This record gives sequence, C-alpha cells and structure tokens, in this order.
Amino acid sequence: MQLTLKIWRQKNASDKGGFATYPVDHVSKDMSFLEMLDVLNEELTEKGQDPVHFDHDCREGICGSCSLYINGKPHGPLQTTTCQLHMRSFNDGETVTIEPWRAKAFPVLKDLVVDRSAFDRIIQAGGYVSVGTGGVPDANEIPVPKTIADLAMDAAQCIGCGACVAACKNASAMLFTSAKVSQLALLPQGQVERKTRAEKMVAQMDAEGFGACTNTGACEAECPKGISITNIARMNREYFSAVVSSENL
Amino acid sequence: MILDSKIPAGPLAEKWTKHKFNSKLVNPANKRKYEVIVVGTGLAGASAAASLAELGYNVKAFTFHDSPRRAHSIAAQGGINAAKNYQNDGDSVFRLFYDTVKGGDYRAREANVYRLAEVSVKIIDQCVAQGVPFAREYGGLLSNRSFGGAQVSRTFYARGQTGQQLLLGAYSALSRQVANGKVKLYPRSEMMDVVMIDGQARGIVTRNLITGAVETHTAHAVLLCTGGYGNVFYLSTNAMGSNVTAAWRAHKRGAYFANPCFTQIHPTCIPVSGDHQSKLTLMSESLRNDGRVWVPATKETAEKLRKGEIKVNDIKEEDRDYFLERKYPSFGNLVPRDVASRNAKYVCDEGRGVNETGEAVFLDFRDAIKRDTKAIIASKYGNLFDMYKQITGEDPYQVPMMIYPAVHYTMGGLWVDYNLMTTIPGLYALGEANFSDHGANRLGASALMQGLADGYFVIPYTIGDYLAQTLPKSIDANHPEFIKAAEEVKNRISQLLKINGKKSVDYFHKKLGKIMWNECGMARSAEGLKKAKAEIKELKRDFWADVKVLGTNEELNLTLEKAHRVADFIELGELMIDDALSREESCGGHFREEYQTPEGEALRDDENFAYVAAWKYMGENQEEELHKEPLVFENVKLTQRSYK
Repeated sequence: MQLTLKIWRQKNASDKGGFATYPVDHVSKDMSFLEMLDVLNEELTEKGQDPVHFDHDCREGICGSCSLYINGKPHGPLQTTTCQLHMRSFNDGETVTIEPWRAKAFPVLKDLVVDRSAFDRIIQAGGYVSVGTGGVPDANEIPVPKTIADLAMDAAQCIGCGACVAACKNASAMLFTSAKVSQLALLPQGQVERKTRAEKMVAQMDAEGFGACTNTGACEAECPKGISITNIARMNREYFSAVVSSENL
Repeated sequence: MILDSKIPAGPLAEKWTKHKFNSKLVNPANKRKYEVIVVGTGLAGASAAASLAELGYNVKAFTFHDSPRRAHSIAAQGGINAAKNYQNDGDSVFRLFYDTVKGGDYRAREANVYRLAEVSVKIIDQCVAQGVPFAREYGGLLSNRSFGGAQVSRTFYARGQTGQQLLLGAYSALSRQVANGKVKLYPRSEMMDVVMIDGQARGIVTRNLITGAVETHTAHAVLLCTGGYGNVFYLSTNAMGSNVTAAWRAHKRGAYFANPCFTQIHPTCIPVSGDHQSKLTLMSESLRNDGRVWVPATKETAEKLRKGEIKVNDIKEEDRDYFLERKYPSFGNLVPRDVASRNAKYVCDEGRGVNETGEAVFLDFRDAIKRDTKAIIASKYGNLFDMYKQITGEDPYQVPMMIYPAVHYTMGGLWVDYNLMTTIPGLYALGEANFSDHGANRLGASALMQGLADGYFVIPYTIGDYLAQTLPKSIDANHPEFIKAAEEVKNRISQLLKINGKKSVDYFHKKLGKIMWNECGMARSAEGLKKAKAEIKELKRDFWADVKVLGTNEELNLTLEKAHRVADFIELGELMIDDALSREESCGGHFREEYQTPEGEALRDDENFAYVAAWKYMGENQEEELHKEPLVFENVKLTQRSYK
C-alpha cells in the first residue's frame, strides 16, 4: 500500500521544528510501524537526507523506548506500543501524522526523540524499598496474598513510556507515578516507607512540571499496558493519609 | 600468557566460602576513596552499581539508553532459576549445578557454576525484599514453574515479564543510590574505549549521544556489563541497540575473548515474515510447558497446508508428528534449547515446515486448553498470546502458534577468572558480557540468575580483593593515555564521517547477518566457515571504503552510532568463524556437521576440546592467537548428553 507521512522534524532542542511530508509506497501489511519508518530512513539515506530520528529498542513492547504520537494518539490507533503496531491497522492511501510526545517535562531533543529523564527522577525520589544487598529474610517469610500480589503486578507492569503524559491534556504524570506508589503500597515490603514515598514522589512529579490530574481517564485509555486509573485513586488516598499523619516531612 | 582461572582449591561446595574469606577487604573509610565505573545498566550492571554504591564506593554508571530501565534484560520473559526446593521435588544446589553443567554440554567451569547455583537462593530473597511481585500461590507463598533442561520446578516468575520485574527491582536499588549521591548516572552515553595506564584499566572514553562530545572518565576499576552480541546475526531476539562495542574495544586493548562461537539459537520465536524484518520476537520457553511441538507427519500433508488446501485444525491426530515427544520421551517438549532448535531445523529441512517459507513448526495449545480450560492458560501466558496475535494477526487460542528458531543469547564473551576479572587488570565483565557459566548452551531461566548473581553477590566480594591492592589515590584525568585514547576515538568518528560512500550502514549489517546465519548458525561446516571468512574480510574492506554515514558528530546521530557498532560486529564475526573452525567437535549450540552421532546428536570430543578457547587480539587484520584454558571436571562425569 501507499501512504503519505507527515512527520515532525526538529534539528535539536533549540530548533523551532515543523512538519515535513514524505510519500512512501511498497508498504506491506505485515510490517511493524517502526519497520515502515526503517524503510523510509533507508530511502532518505540513499538520497543523502538526514533520517528521521525516533527512540526504539526492544521492539517487543516492553522496554518503553518507542514513543510516537500517531494521528493524534500516543502509540497510534491500538492500545499497544508503537513497535507492536502493524501496518494492517492502516489503509491504502492514508495520510499518517507522526509527532513526538508533547509535554513541558519531556523536551524534544531531535525529531521524534524526547527527554524522559523526569520519570527517572520521580523514581529516584522514592520508588523503591530501602533494602541493601544481602541480609534480607528468606523469600517465603514474607507471604503475600495472591490477590494482592496480582494487583501489585498489574501496577508494576508499567513500562515508563510516557504515553499517559502525552495523552493527558494537562500532561500529568499521575498514572506513571501512581503505578509505582500502588505497587509498593499494596505489598508488605513497601509498608515501612509508605507515607514518605507517596509524599516525595508526588513532590518530585510536581517539581518536574507535570500537570495536575482532572480524572478524564485519557491516560488509562491510551496506556499500552492497561494500567488502571484506580492506581491514581489509590495514590490520592496514600498521599492524603500521608500528609495528615506524616512523621517525616 | 598462561590463563589463570584463580579457581580456589578445596572441595567444590567450600570453594566460594573459602574464597570470600581469603579475599582482601577494603576498610569502610577507604571505600569512599575509590571510583568504580559500571558500563551498562541491565541486570548485571544495575545490581552491581547499586551493591557497590551501598558498600560505599563511588560509582559512575553509563548507559546508551535514555534510562537505565530500558536495558534489554527487561525483555526476558520466562523466569529465573533458584535452588530453593520450595516444591519439595528433589531440587538442591548440587542439582542446579549439575543440570547447568550438563545443559552447557560440559564446556563450563565447575567452580563458577557451583557458585552460581549456591547464590541463586539469595537472589530470590533479595528480589522479594525489593518488592518484585513474583507469582504466588493462594497460601501467599511463591509459585514455581518447570523449564527446559530440568526435571524439577525451580523457576520463579512474574507472569511473562520476569526480566522486566527483576530489572525494575535492580533499577529501583540503583535509583536509590543515585538519590543518595553514591551513583552518578550517565544516560545516553556510549562507551567507546577503555583507557589503560601501566597495564591496568583506569577509565573509559565515552561519546555523549546527544551532543557528540567525546569525554573521558577515570576509575580504579571498570565493570563491563554490556550484554551479548547476538545482533552480529542482524536478526535476533536482542534489542535493536544491543551491541558488542564495549566488549570489543576492551578486546582490542588486551582482554581475551572466550568461546565466541557459542551462540544460542532459541527454538520458540515468531518466524520471519519478510525482507523488511528488523528483529525477531521470542515466545517464552515456558510455553513449552503446555504447548506441544509438531509438524505434519508427511511432506505431502505439509505441502497441502502451505498451499492453503487444508487447514491446520483439520489435520488428524495420526497425521501429526510430535517429533520432540517421539524422539525424547523423558524430556519431551522440555528438551534444552539447542536440541529443540536443531530438531525444528531437521523437520523443516525435510520439507515438513508449516508456513509459506517452509521454516516454521507448530506450538499447539489445543490439548492444554482442553485439559485446563482457556482461562487457566490465559492466566499463565495471556500476555504472550496477545503479543503473538498483535504481530501475526492470528489467535493462538484458536490455531496453533507457528515458531522457528532464532538467535537469542551468546554464551561466549570476554574471558574472566573466578573473580570476574578479564585479562586486563582492573577490568571486569559481568552477566552476558562474560563467558563464564553457561558452557556451550544456556538453560532457560539461567541468564537472569547469572546477571544478578554476578552483580549482587559476586563482584561486591571480588572487587575488594583487587582494590585493596591498589592505592586509593585519585587518577589524573589529564594523563597522556586519556588524551591519546580520546584522540583515537575522535579520529575514528571523523574517519567514518569522511567515507561518504554509497551503501547504508544497514546494508552491511544485513549482509553480515546473512553470512553468519547461513554459515555460523544452527549448523556449521569447515567448508562453509572458510567461505564465510573470505566473505567477511571482503565485507570489512567494502565497509571502510563505501559506507555512507550522514550528518555530523555534534548532534544526535543514530546512523553514526550504528556505524561504530556494525564495524565492530564485522570484526567479531570473523573471530566467531575462526573459533567455530578451530573447535572440531559439536557441543551445545555449536554444531559442526562433520561431528555428529548416527542419530544426529552433537558429538563432543572431550579428549581434545574440553577447554575454553580464549582469543588474543594481535593487531589490525592479523589472525588472533588462541589460548586454551583446560576444563577440569572433578564432580560430574562427562557423558553423552541424553534427554531421551
């Protein structure tokens, strides 16, 4: 099939950027979206034009690197990562618009590549259990009810891609942050630092310039891993109970 | 140079304990005077960086990714082995050790493997304490599954995303140390060279992938935790960015490269669909617990199937050949990876392949769904089934999956001694980047175990022994060796940018991949290998004369990044061929057509080849020199590996 691609090109962080249009033909329905871009890049290279830069790595939907905003939706029309999106989801002759994630806290570095290190700093603020290597109890000494372990795993599946931020009109990182807060608040291992964790991670999220949550649910609808907004509700509870009873801050 | 493995004397079960006691210690006040560089932030790198920082060392952690959490360990699906014997089914440290040595076709060091099995139990404790949400039983205790190459259930898992959860656990420990100021993180930084002063590793040269700045960093020890080199085959289950560059540059500085031809071809991957294919997707080995592998019993039925004249579900039971169950009744579908892969190749070579290209076999869940219900199968493998459907457009609950072997893991890597130190003093290699524990074939769920064992529980002890013998004085960043190494990196960059030829970097990568897959893949022969060697030499010449790298150094330039990596892959490819040629036996993943039993199984030659092949770099376009470390087996008896 043939497609027309409208792609955001931006030389570097300080460049203003703009759309460029590229026709592509010989697109096979079995190609992944990124393989379609690979083919475009080979063609551009042949013509001596700078290839389109985009983040990608595992191409199995788990590393969270890929991040395109396709036809107005993060990761495109399906609830999956861009690398798992295949061209059978598009029609012959279609125009496809490809943009980077748009959020103040995710500045564009080049073309479709953005800086998501804000997510790392949110985790550094408290997304862990403070245990050092060694000196921990036997694994089976910490029983966890299966239902709780499953809920924690549901939250832990977040791949940190940032689609939730890109989908949100406020560019809020509540779904990302709450997934980690929830995972550790649910598990017995996370109890000791439960309050400080919620407070610190929320504070860092705000400091990074992410917006507030107004419960529109766009994040959940676009999350390729199906992370539920009930995690946001849980984080709100964690946060409120922490601020009214905090011993630490 | 005589390769000294530094394996401690004494009974197997006491070696590690004794060695830890005999290793020198660095006192807590002095630890903060040492700098350690960790390159790579996967399971091995993140766990090492976090553990060393907790001890008090100053750690600098480098990754070419935008975040440590993106490392390819994240994609491991099935699980992690540990000799916990929680299932009361006869597991023990010795059994895990024995299974791993046997699974590796007796080409791994006994002492290393035993240590791995010994610390495996502590890894699970550590991960649980971090909040890794492993699968649980209703009583709240941990659940296990069985895996290829073992007859006990010792694999811990978190749905089909075990690697993700373990990496996020290690990443959280690393993040905690970043917050504490004990780890300085350098994302989007690629290691370009090791800097040696007076024969010791004293730092690295990196390229900042955003600005192109070539930077130098000092350290008292350097840890390479940079993963495997499966992408030498172009198509593999590795991530697109996985590369050999860090290990290869270290090799060129004097670190021996061990058993480079030992590569693992994983039996359960989604088959290739066309020329545009950029990577292959693994379907976890755990699927073989419930899925049955088969092809049509005759060529004729297979042909009809390929032409679409019959449907797979219409093929009668008696017309199906469950070839693994038939040939290996005691292990059945759970034979080790090398055996499963080779047999899939055999049936496809016979013309019984089931997809359009004739290179696929079925993995069928019909009987498991009938036995256990769809809901139970979905709870075990739901995400894998979804992924399969996403990629192929077919529903594996309704029709069998199609699978074919693909390059997945590299057992070879930098040669290391028992302390994980390479032949360069002060330079260590951990995880898949080293060669040490899996011999000629790795068992499923053992890579995660090794990465974390090296990082959490081995290096924190062994690095002290080296650092205690090094003065903790700061290293001069302006030492001429740093300036020289940085200059060399800059020259190489400008050389690549200057060529301005006609062929893309991917053209060379694909071509290399084809040569390697055809001649150094699932089956190898002297004739094919010699032909491949000549082709690779020619490819190298062509690359440096005609590659086209656009753009400049001073910007984010993915083509330039890849050009460096592909140039190194080409050189590695030649060494793999040399290694495969010189190993005139078949063992594990290395199958030489000339050396097989009448039933087509790998035929080892223990008398002549029970050694580690460690290769020394001798200079540009020179043949490398082979050094042999004999493998001594005192606790297991070498037998023809049988899974019948």
